[in-house]
Formats: sequence, structure tokens, C-alpha cells
Amino acid sequence: MIITRALVKRYGPVTAVRSVDLDVREGDRYGLLGPNGSGKTTLVRMLLGLVYATSGEIEVLGRRIPRHARQVLPQIGALIEEPAAYPHLSGRANLTLLDAAGPGGGTARRTRHQRVDEALEQVGLAGVGRRPVKAYSLGMRQRLGLAAALIRRPRLLILDEPGNGLDPRGIRDLRELLVELNESGVTIFLSSHLLAEVEQLCTRVGVLDEGRLVLQDDLATLRAPTGRIVVETPDGEQAAALLDGQVERRDGQQLLVRYSDAAALNARLVGAGLRVSSIGPQQRTLEEIVLAVTGTGSDHIGGTA
Amino acid sequence: MIKVELIKLLRRPRTWISVVLTCALPLMVAIFVAVTHLVPPPGQGSAFLSAVLQDGALYPAAALALVLPVFLPVAVAVVAGDSIAGEAAGGTLRYLLVRPVGRTRLLVAKLVSVLVYVLLVVLAVTFTAYATGVFLLGPSEAAAVGQAPGGAVPGGAAPGLAGQAPTAGQAAGGAVTSLSGAPLSLLQLTERTAGAIAFITVSMLGVAAIALFLSTITDSALGSALGALAALVASEVLVTLNAATVVQPYLPTRYWLAWIDFFRQPVFWRDIQRGFGIQALYVIVFLAAAWANFSTKDITA
Repeated sequence: MIITRALVKRYGPVTAVRSVDLDVREGDRYGLLGPNGSGKTTLVRMLLGLVYATSGEIEVLGRRIPRHARQVLPQIGALIEEPAAYPHLSGRANLTLLDAAGPGGGTARRTRHQRVDEALEQVGLAGVGRRPVKAYSLGMRQRLGLAAALIRRPRLLILDEPGNGLDPRGIRDLRELLVELNESGVTIFLSSHLLAEVEQLCTRVGVLDEGRLVLQDDLATLRAPTGRIVVETPDGEQAAALLDGQVERRDGQQLLVRYSDAAALNARLVGAGLRVSSIGPQQRTLEEIVLAVTGTGSDHIGGTA
Repeated sequence: MIKVELIKLLRRPRTWISVVLTCALPLMVAIFVAVTHLVPPPGQGSAFLSAVLQDGALYPAAALALVLPVFLPVAVAVVAGDSIAGEAAGGTLRYLLVRPVGRTRLLVAKLVSVLVYVLLVVLAVTFTAYATGVFLLGPSEAAAVGQAPGGAVPGGAAPGLAGQAPTAGQAAGGAVTSLSGAPLSLLQLTERTAGAIAFITVSMLGVAAIALFLSTITDSALGSALGALAALVASEVLVTLNAATVVQPYLPTRYWLAWIDFFRQPVFWRDIQRGFGIQALYVIVFLAAAWANFSTKDITA
């Protein structure tokens, strides 16, 4: 869906994106992570033909960008940094104008009205579509921006920081909407600096650090069990004695045990008369994964994993 | 896209506020003139103003002369300067471009919408001034146009008051007198006013093109509007400077007042043609520069 090869962008002496090989596959929910200033926005803008690459290639939906932007962009919905709208017009009027601005603006009025209504409905703005945008809250503006991205029923959504300005409920609504769209066949590419947001939503992640893509892999692979079991027990002392040699670390009530099967370990502990408050396979959190690759230096750990 | 730009123009409060304000200046002048019956003597002050007491139907021409030097260029520079920079500052530019709207198409649509705006203002001034003139200043009495400002009509036929007698006593809308002294029928007056409107509109396109070009360079609408106005002020200074004779034929404001020549009998075409020519040149050069800059620019706003 999105492929970049050795993509570089320099602004004068500043290199914002350094040789990025992005690979987003059809059906992915791809999360691009990275601290502010790591080049996420520049990368997103290059994918959309707003910023021209210094060198390297971009292919979106199988066609080169920016050369074939005219053919590709109508199939993409985008949210780029903050949403934007004409403040004196209503949310509805904004969507109608934007819809009429692109190609296919001559579509029957009814179809277009319907499209706008549906988009407003999808993001939960159906009731306030007629109010001027200047009366909207930050969260409502964000929803309107999302509605604008959805009008054309895109095959690919490119969302830059879509959770900005949303309250917890708004974030949950957004997540549900994106999962639903993804299940109906829309590929989703989003950038965020919020690890939790990406961890809950995405199936695949890329990590950008100082303009380099330092990690790109399926979340399931990254978070595959480490072959260790985390056990919580008030009887830590006895447990350590019982599992002598297999305990890697003991930290108060918590033990990290080298063991393949949590259920079998549980049976063994309980069988020995030990109390277990919780037990489960160890999984690295996305935070640990990201910190591990961005922590020291910024070595290039391969574009495609 | 042009349709979308026009809707945006017409639904924007600023458009109508500026139209109303631009029409208000001639209205205010008309009220003062109607109350005091004091006008500048022929040959001084704003063009045509000395004649409107004799014939209110000439007031549209006088009103255009009032708004042309400052009000109109300011309004045009603001609208054209805002066209791209305003969208960039508001963040809507990037969303338009990924719709996608081609960058060239967007520029053309913006220029057309500025053109429509200028026409809107000029026509609004013309019609309100006609109504004002007829109601406040009354119909033709002794219709003599008098003299336009001397410097503005180089080579014009000698104006005079000779033609005032023949038309005296006719009803409003009857013959008025051209600057050259020969009478003009209502049809001629209408045609020539239309010509003047067209010429003034085109005169504003040069400013619009400069502002549009600056608008693609900066994300500040104010900056591009002020930049275009600075160019105009510079041009006005040089137009009156004898030492700058060499460049004067190429200055954007050099032929701005040539529309007055439509009210001569016969129409004095030379400056009018040059005025059209120089504006066309400015539009082509600055639109090309705007296109070259905008189509290769990284949109980071």
C-alpha cells in the first residue's frame, strides 16, 4: 500500500528524514511512532505529495508519488497535523465545499449530501453539523477533520496524530471507528507519539528516531512471549526454593521464571501448596520495545524486518 | 474549483463588509456635496467631482475616481494577498491540495475569484453612486463635465464649458457633456461607463497578480497584502517623479487614470490601450512567477 525506498528529505542544512524504507501492507493498521521532531509529519506530507522528497522513491497504492498524485489521492483520506476548516461556515458547509473541491465535484447533489451526512454520522457530529465551526470544541474539530478524511470512502487513511484534542471517550470512539473501518477493508496508517494509543490499535508499528526508521515489524512479533513467566505470589521465598535455577529475577512478590507454559507452572506451584495471586507469560510492552531502539544512539536497525 | 472559490468568496462576511465600506465613501462625499453645494473648481480635486452638481448621473464616474486611488487597491490587495497565504495560515491549504486540487487550478481559481470580487466592488460602487447621484444631487441642469485633473490627461483635447447650453433643461438621463465638450447620449454614457468599469477592473488585476504572487511566498496574508500595496505606493511615487521618466511607461499605476479618456468625445484610446497592455504584462509575469513558486513549493503549513 505504501512503500518508500531510501527516502530522504532535507530542509536546507537540516535533514528531517534519512533514508526511510517504509512498508505498509494492505489491511494493516500501521502505527508510526516517534518523538516530536522525529520526522513523522514530514514523512506523512511526502506521502501525500505536499512536500517533495530530496531523494528516494515513494509508491502509494501501487503508483509513484508525486507523479501520479492526481490518481492516487482521491482514494486516500488524510488528517495532517491539526484539522482545519473555515470558521465562519458550518461543519456541514465545510465538508460540502471540500467535497466539491476535488475531482468528481460534479457528482449528483444528492449523492454528495448523502456522503457528507454519512461522514458526519460516522464521527458522531450528526447533531451539530449546522453549527459554525468557530463554536466547535477542539475535539469536535478533530472529529470534523476525520469526517473530511472519510467523505470519499477511502481505501487508505493517512492520519497524523489523530488522537489530538480528544478526550478519553473520544479516543475510544476513534479507536472503535478505525477498527471498524479497517475490518471493512480500509488500510490505516497513523502517526502518533502516544505509545498506548498505538499499542491498543495497531497491528504493525514503525519507529522513527531522528529521521531514521529504526524499527518496523508486526506488533504480534515484537510482543511475542519471551519464554519467561511472570508470577506474583506472597510465598516468594518458597517458590524461589522450589524452582531453583529457573528464577531469573526476584523482586519482592514478583518472580521472573524461565518456563514455557504458565498453566503447568501454576499447577506445580499450587500443587506444592504455594499461593499464586497472578501468573502469565512475560510480554515486552511497546514502551520497552521503543525505548530499547531509540534509547542510545540512533543506529539503523534495518528498514524491513 | 472556480465555483467552490466563488462560494467561499460570497459567503465570507469580509467580502460584503468591504463592499459596503467602499460604497460608503462616495455616499458620504455625495451627502456633503448635496448639503453644502461646494465642489472643487474644474481641474482640481477628484475627477468629475466638479461636474456632479450639474448632473447627478455623472456621479458614478466621480465615485469611481474617489475609490480608485486607495480604497479599491487596498481591498484588492487584501483579498488577493489572503488567497493562498490565508489558506496556508488557516491550515485549509493542505486539505485542499490532498483532495486533490491541482496547484495550478487553485491559483487560477483564486485569480478568477479576485476578478469577480473587483467586479463586484466596482459594480456596487457604480450602482449605488448612480442612485445617490440621481436622488441626492438631482438631474442634469447645466451639464458640463468640467475638467479632470490636469496631469492625468496628457494630450487630451482642451476641455471647456462650451457644451453646457444645448442640453440644459433636459430630464435626468438626457445628454450630458463629454470632457471634450461634445454631448453624450444616455446610450453613449452607459457604454463609456461600462468601458471605464472594465478598464478599472483590469487595472486592479496587476495589483491582484502581485499580491497573489506574494501570497504564494509567505504564509502571512497581511504581509502579502502590504507588500503589494508597497509596490503600488512606490509606483505612484515614481509616476510623479520627473527623474524617473525612463521607467514610467512600465509602472503599474501609470495608466490607472486613463479610464477618464472614455468620457472624451471621441474616446481617446491611446492611454487606454497602453493601460490594458501594461496590466496584461503584470498579470502574465506575476502569475507565472506565482505558478513557478507555488507548484514547486513544499507545503509545510
